[in-house]
Amino acid sequence: MDGYALLSQGLEIVLALLLAPLLGGWVTQCRAWLLNRRGPGLLQPYRTLHKLFVKESVVAEQASRIFRAAPYVVFGCMLLASAIVPTLSAELPLSRAADAIALVGLFALARVFISLAAMDIGTAFGTLGARREMLVGFLAEPALLMVLFSASLISGSTSLSATVGTLARSEFAIHPAMAFAGIAFTMVSLAENARVPVDNPTTHLELTMIHEALILEYSGRHLALIEWAASLKLFAYSCIGLALFFPWGVALGGSPVELLWALPALLVKLAIGGAALALLETLSAKMRVFRVPEFLATAFLLAVIGMLVHILLRG
Amino acid sequence: MPADVSPLFLQFVNLLGAVLLLLAFAMLSQRRILSLVHLFTMQGAVLVLATIVVGYVTAQPHLFVSALLTFALKVVLIPLLLHRVVARLDVRWDVEPLLNIPTTMLVGIALVIFAFYLGAPIAQLSSSVARGTLGIALASVLLSFLMTITRTKAVAQVIGFLALENGLFFAATSATYGMPMVVELGIALDVLVGSLILGVFMFQIREQFDSLDIHHLEKLKEE
Repeated sequence: MDGYALLSQGLEIVLALLLAPLLGGWVTQCRAWLLNRRGPGLLQPYRTLHKLFVKESVVAEQASRIFRAAPYVVFGCMLLASAIVPTLSAELPLSRAADAIALVGLFALARVFISLAAMDIGTAFGTLGARREMLVGFLAEPALLMVLFSASLISGSTSLSATVGTLARSEFAIHPAMAFAGIAFTMVSLAENARVPVDNPTTHLELTMIHEALILEYSGRHLALIEWAASLKLFAYSCIGLALFFPWGVALGGSPVELLWALPALLVKLAIGGAALALLETLSAKMRVFRVPEFLATAFLLAVIGMLVHILLRG
Repeated sequence: MPADVSPLFLQFVNLLGAVLLLLAFAMLSQRRILSLVHLFTMQGAVLVLATIVVGYVTAQPHLFVSALLTFALKVVLIPLLLHRVVARLDVRWDVEPLLNIPTTMLVGIALVIFAFYLGAPIAQLSSSVARGTLGIALASVLLSFLMTITRTKAVAQVIGFLALENGLFFAATSATYGMPMVVELGIALDVLVGSLILGVFMFQIREQFDSLDIHHLEKLKEE
């Protein structure tokens, strides 16, 4: 393992940790601008994290070890997930640890732990949130897998960095399958990251909340870790989207200069992606919980059709 | 027929075909009539673009004429008519499909697989540049057909019928570089007259039954 690979891997982890809250702040800020409000500022997520880390963590008497362990597990999962998604460079030592299928498994592991923790306390809201989270999750996972498989079919590998390498290296070509996969991926990431048509990240209304109901019992550093993990998840999903559908600017060669150039490219892409997410959220209305399966089934079918179209047009 | 067509153009036609299929699926899952009209307009625009691209690649000027005709008819005139009908009939409510939407989508995907399977051997016979899209065109025809079957409201059925014609047109363009001009003109007129007659028909149904639900047509008068 050479120094360059270690450097790019380390840089990517540090960057994910630092940029993830900023991305969340940027999306919130864009949403505020679109609604003609001033917004809390880009640095608000950092301030919130700092406040939560300083505060005391209160844990219910009945809480078991799962409740205490869940924030660390979730945070670890999300950190590993954002470490294996190629954002700056396609050459990552850690990416051999997990391919696209294992990545979906990582997200699932985090989901299972946070749901168990929410049920652990035994409050009604936690259980309700856990059930809804599992409902969204079991429909979103196959769709995400299908999207990743579409990309894998084009590149011939389930390893994410190999896929991104192939997509970025090949000469410019339009893959109709990727149009389907792109729309399916957008729908899945909206659902998985608790964004507007499926869940509203800013609400605490008991009838509609999913993600907020799960973490209602957490406070202090536990809550900080979970919030950070949520922003890491958004970051990881954005990076998967950018890597699969807009792979230009990712450093492919082995020079640190290329790595340096990949950074502004990533920042610009993330800024545009975040603004697009805010626009999408502002334009759409929150749907009823019972419409969510329909929404995700559509995403799954689109991903499957993407694969079929790829097979048809390849011949 | 030029053999050295740039692969990018070919991919672009393929992409447009995929978008056409995507829009057919969007129509299938759509509950609101106004959104259906918008989707239909978009489908028409994609069709125009696809016709122009195929016409440009294969240097067939008559495809430009048919693109112009499609634009005038399916992007401007018929959506305008549909908008007027929707406004006059005041039917902006949700359409209730006979099957629920996820089931319809599942049937839709089965149809897509069937169409792809059916289109593959036929495409082998064709020498057109965009023959791969034949399966896609067939799939969007079948999907529009499914939409026409599963809707109970007359307006949605008319849009399904028109979308079906879009799919047929795309099949003709991609597989055989368009039909002869006479046939094309005839079909264009047919569609226009058809939508006009169906528009009148909708007003009549509405006047008779105070509703656009075509189930009322199944009852005998004497009952």
